This record gives sequence, C-alpha cells and structure tokens, in this order.
Amino acid sequence: MPFGNTHNNFKLNYKVEDEYPDLSKHNNHMAKVLTKEMYGKIRDRQTPSGYTVDDVIQTGIDNPGHPFIMTVGCVAGDEESYEVFKELLDPVISDRHNGYKPTDKHKTDLNFENLKGGDDLDPNYVLSSRVRTGRSIKGFTLPPHNSRGERRAIEKLSVEALTSLDGEFKGKYYPLKSMTDAEQEQLINDHFLFDKPVSPLLTCAGMARDWPDGRGIMHNDNKTFLVWVNEEDHLRVISMQQGGNMREVFKRFCVGLQKIEEIFKKHNHGFMWNEHLGYILTCPSNLGTGLRGGVHVKLPKLSTHAKFDEILTRLRLQKRGTGGVDTASVGGVFDISNADRLGSSEVAQVQLVVDGVKLMVEMEKKLEKGEAIDSMIPAQK
Amino acid sequence: MASSFSRILSSKRTIGVLTFVGSSVTAGLLLHREHVSAGNPVRRSYPASAEYPDLRQHNNCMATHLTPAIYAKLCDKATPNGYTLDLAIQTGVDNPGHPFIKTVGMVAGDEESYEVFADLLDPVIKERHNGYNPSTMKHPTDLDASKIHSGNFDSRYVLSSRVRTGRSIRGLSLPPACTRAERREVERVVVDALAGLKDDLDGKYYSLTQMTDKEQQQLIDDHFLFDKPVSPLLTCAGMARDWPDARGIWHNNEKTFLVWVNEEDHTRVISMEKGGNMKRVFERFCKGLKEVERLIQERGWEFMWNEKLGYILTCPSNLGTGLRAGVHVKLPLLSKDPRLVKILENLRLQKRGTGGVDTAAVGGVFDISNLDRLGLSEVQLVQTVVDGVNYLIECEKRLEKGQDIKVPPPPLKQFK
Repeated sequence: MPFGNTHNNFKLNYKVEDEYPDLSKHNNHMAKVLTKEMYGKIRDRQTPSGYTVDDVIQTGIDNPGHPFIMTVGCVAGDEESYEVFKELLDPVISDRHNGYKPTDKHKTDLNFENLKGGDDLDPNYVLSSRVRTGRSIKGFTLPPHNSRGERRAIEKLSVEALTSLDGEFKGKYYPLKSMTDAEQEQLINDHFLFDKPVSPLLTCAGMARDWPDGRGIMHNDNKTFLVWVNEEDHLRVISMQQGGNMREVFKRFCVGLQKIEEIFKKHNHGFMWNEHLGYILTCPSNLGTGLRGGVHVKLPKLSTHAKFDEILTRLRLQKRGTGGVDTASVGGVFDISNADRLGSSEVAQVQLVVDGVKLMVEMEKKLEKGEAIDSMIPAQK
Repeated sequence: MASSFSRILSSKRTIGVLTFVGSSVTAGLLLHREHVSAGNPVRRSYPASAEYPDLRQHNNCMATHLTPAIYAKLCDKATPNGYTLDLAIQTGVDNPGHPFIKTVGMVAGDEESYEVFADLLDPVIKERHNGYNPSTMKHPTDLDASKIHSGNFDSRYVLSSRVRTGRSIRGLSLPPACTRAERREVERVVVDALAGLKDDLDGKYYSLTQMTDKEQQQLIDDHFLFDKPVSPLLTCAGMARDWPDARGIWHNNEKTFLVWVNEEDHTRVISMEKGGNMKRVFERFCKGLKEVERLIQERGWEFMWNEKLGYILTCPSNLGTGLRAGVHVKLPLLSKDPRLVKILENLRLQKRGTGGVDTAAVGGVFDISNLDRLGLSEVQLVQTVVDGVNYLIECEKRLEKGQDIKVPPPPLKQFK
C-alpha cells in the first residue's frame, strides 16, 4: 500500500540509478537529505508490515514544494518506519525540529497544573482558544498504509473508548458515511466537520483511500472537546472554546487525553510513544507533542508593524490565517500558535503561547495609544 | 529476472518453436488462464470479510461484480510483480461513480492482472463490452486500412478526423504499478523505436522533464500537450506518481502522427488531420503502428497482445482494439433533434463535446466516435464510424432541406 509496486522485491532487479527519483527541482526536507547512496542503502528494506522507502517518499516526489515553504516530503506508514528508515528520517527530523539529534530525549508533560497563568487573556482581543494534538494507536499501521480492515478496527476501538467518556466529555460519535444531512449541516456550522483531504501532500501519500470508510467525528455535548478519527492520523484530539481562557482549554485537553489513553491501554492498545520521539504520528513534523496550541487574536496594528515577524520568531510562535494552515488573515485577526513540536513538552509549548500572546496584546494596546513598543520586544526564547 | 524471462518466453518466434515441438506448457504460462505463476501471497492481518469494501453507494462495473465471495477468493493473490486485488480496485472504491455514467472502477497493474483476477475482470469485461466473454471468445485484429470504403467525408461538415489507440510493452508493468525504473525503460524502448521512423513519419520526442518553455507553448498551441492527470479516476489508481518523470510526447514533423509516452498507458498513438479524410488518417495510423511494432521487435520487445483480449491496456474499457476513431462534425440541426440519441445508439456511436470526454458540444459541433472496443476489429470499427458519420451528414442535409429523417435500425445483437 498505497500504490502498486512500491513494496515488492521485483524492482530490486533494477539498478539504483534507474530507480532513484529525480529530485533536481524539489524543495522539501526529504529531497535535501535523500542522496542516491542513501536510497541505494535503504531501498531493499521493509518494515514488518511491508512499508518501503518508496512508500515513505512518494508524497515528496509528487509534490516538489515551493521556493518559500519547506514541506517535509515524507511520511511514516507505521511505528517502525522511524527505526527502519532512520538514515533518512533522522536528518529530516533534525532539519525540521531545530537540530534535534538522534540521541536527544523528548519530555512529555501533560500535567495542566504546571501551566502558569493562561486564564486571563483579554477576551476583547483573544476571540477563541484551542489546543490540538494527534495520537496513534499502538499495534496498527498509520493512515498512509493501513487497510480497510485495520482502519475499521481503529474506528471501532476509538468509538468504544470515546463513547464511554463521561462528565464534561460525554458525547456522541458521527461516522462520516452514515451522517444525516442535518447532522452534517450542524457539524459544518460548528466548524467541526473535516473534509476528504484534497491537498496532494496527503492524497499522494494515500491517506484518502477508501474515503469515507472508517472515518468520523466525536464531540462532547458542550462542543468543547472533539476527536477526529482516521483523518491524517488515527486520532486528532481538539479542545476549544470562545474567549481567552487557555488554561481551561489546556486542562480539558490534558484530562481528556489521559482518560482516553487509559481506556486504550485497558484494551492493550496504548498510544505510540517513545522517549526519543515522543508521540509517534504520520507526519514527522508532528512528532514530540504533536501539539498546536493557539488563539484567534485581533492584532490589526501589531500585525502591520515592521517587527511583527521578528517578534513571532523570538517568541517561538507562528502565524496563520483564520482558516488554518495556508490561509490569509481576515480583518487583522490571526491564528497564533506554537512553532515547536519536538524537544519541548506540552506545558512548555502552551506556556510560550500564553506568555507570548499576552505580551502581543499588550503591544497592541500600546500601539493603539500611539506609543512605541521597541522596549517590549523580547529576546529570543 | 521476470521481465527478460517473459520477453524471451513470449516472443512469437519462441512460441512457434515450442508449439512445434509439442511443448506448450512454458509458452502457455503467460497465455493460458490457469497456469500464471502467482506472486508472493499477500500479508494479511484481517479476514476478507473485514477488508471487503463498502460498495453500497457505488455505481461502477467493479462494484457490480465484486461479491464478497469473489473478494475472498482473490484478496490473497498477487501477480508475479506483486500487484494485488486491493490495488486493482482502489480507484473504484475511491470513486463511487455517477448514477448516469457507469465507470469501470478498476485497472490492471500488469498483463498478468487479467489472468490472476479473471474471476472479477471477466464479468467486468463482459458487462462493459456488450457480453463479450473472454474465456470463450476470440478478438479479431485487423490493421489493413485498404479495406475502408467511403472514408472521405464532406468537409463542409467534418472539421477534423482522428484515430487513437494505446499500446503496452510486454514485460513491463502498467502505469498504475510501474516503478520509476520500469517507466523509464518504457520511455527508452519507445523513443528508441520512434527515432527509426522515416519520411512522412519522421519526427521528434519532447520529454516533459526537459522541454523548453517555447516547445511547451508550441505543443499547447498545437493541442498536443497532455497534462498531469487530475481526474481522481486516474490519480487514485496511482497513474500520476513521479510526474513528470519519463513522460513525453513524440510527433512527426507534419504534426499528423503523435505518440504520448507514459500517460494513462505505456503509449497512446494518435493519427489526426484537419478535414474529413478518415481513410487517410487510418492508413497513416496503421502504417505507423506496424512500423513501431517492427522497430521494437528488432530490439527484442513486443506489444502486449493475446487472442482473447486483443491489445492489453491499463483500463479494461480499452481492451481489444483500444481504438477510438472520431470526427469533429457540425450538426447544428440534428443536434436539436430529439431522435439524435437513438440514432447514435443504433449506429453504435457516442457523442462528446469538442473538449473530449466529459465536455459539452459547442456551436452544434460534436465529437462523434465508436462506442465499441473489443470483439470487433479496427477495420470494422473504423468502417462503423465512416458509415455512421455519413449517415449523420445525410440526416443533417435532409433537415436543411426540410425533409424528414429516419432512425436507422439497431445492429444485430452482439456476443450472445
């Protein structure tokens, strides 16, 4: 899987130079790292489930990239991919995650009490707060590689776990293929519904196969906790609410994740995790915490300030439009979130968001009064 | 090494020798249904029932014929190259289809797919090709263009004439399954052969990876350039992988004979010209095809062909002749006549817009071509188009004069 002839041994009858992809016009992490020699060395390997290097890199070959935006250009088909194709994935991970070394250890901290503050972001500026991550279920292959049988098993297990949650997490699961029109309309209005992936970054990796079989959405009755099943990862877990109480959002996030993990562990299918890479996800860019914690915040003046991008970089934050990745901002409202995923913990990353956004709101207020903000510009975090 | 093995085995000379000495087993390996050697069995963690796709919302030939029993029988099988049933049907699972338009819903990854997955492909072929039964029938191949009569249309009505087909190189996997090395080998073999064409067929190859902006613009202006497939019917089958590596276009200097390399098939061969001289278009078509075949045979290669399925192509809908012969024809009055659909049906023709499949007609100009591909020869199909288009032009002329037209009788039932 996902495409023919990417994982059989017949092609080993051809010489390396005949099979090595033409990456001369490519600008992604995989293309920068995969030399012909490296390809020759790893091309005869397979993970236990049969995933090969050609499967890993297909998306990066088919999507040469953009001169300004550096995509990853490779995916994992299972947990073992990160081990079996170390020669390729370690340098990709290092390039993507600020020089993270193969010997580094990643810290996981989902203890929400370790977060300082975060409950007092000014709601006049901070419109909404959200934290998301992904989780992979041990013992199954990942979305680029899994078969219908596996995907359905993942769904079944996930639905069992998610519908057994209680308290503020009590909710309902909506399978994509049997959703009614009314339910679909409601989920779209709530901004919950995810669509069949159209991005070639995902479709070329085989993640949209058999759509919508085995895919669905669970959300709690309060509509503040949401789980996507079998989209780009086994699970995407989202906690969100209007306003600036990131502390509450993060608490719900941590508690919900822990409850879900307990249930999966009882079924002998815990989450994929190790002390070097943290949580294992499909895209190497989401390793570590897989966490993106962010807000929609009004910064019309600050966003046009000459130093805006510099400030974001120093705060270890990134900006996106309010439609998410690759969209533009509307009315001076930006999506501001942590830039890092691997090498720092969940608490540390959310702390950066909380502290950074608080500072930027103060800068915005200063600019409104016509005052300068130069003294407020922080050092590199 | 399977590819050179199959090349040696399947060369017609070798088969002749083996048959002569009475030993048909090895030669029959690739030709006889039961004896195709299987690839490694598929690694499977779940039973067939857990893997069987949900086809309840689907309307394509694969979905109609893939019962749980057939799925269970075939799901562990693989061709010698490792192509599996799940790979063959993926495009049909991902593209449920349209209530009015029934797509095929599956592809072949290699020549052996048609054998290994015959339990599914045979009924699909039968449905798609009007009852043609691959296990009992033989497909006629006839590329003798001299047999065509009345093939020069009234150019007041016919704006252009075109014949296309596809050819696959035996021993190399098809576009859904080929590796980069295989695809590059297809390109080498074909380009090498095309370089041997002479006279009115003398031409040049433009590789998609190396073409200059100027060359690209010219090819677009000539309406020759093909794009990276965007149709999910093709992309879900993996045919756009590694684009544009090893893809290209060859055409003769006169711009009347064109070969696409590694798009939906190993090769697509097109003969075309302005005006209504379909006979000449078909003559060039046959001459070009025979020349290319001779040139690849000189180098030890051959086209995928067998007597049951004719020319082997990626999509089961293109088996047999793989031939679509058509014209762009102006029929403004007839286009408004409600009997047009029935007339075309009985003439065994289909209409498309002038943009090709799935486009609309503009200004009463239609693309009219043969419906059938398998079970009838190239000559028969081109003659059908010739006779049919002549009939349509007659209808248009009658309508111009205010006379009435007749719906022609349906053809005799095929393949029952």
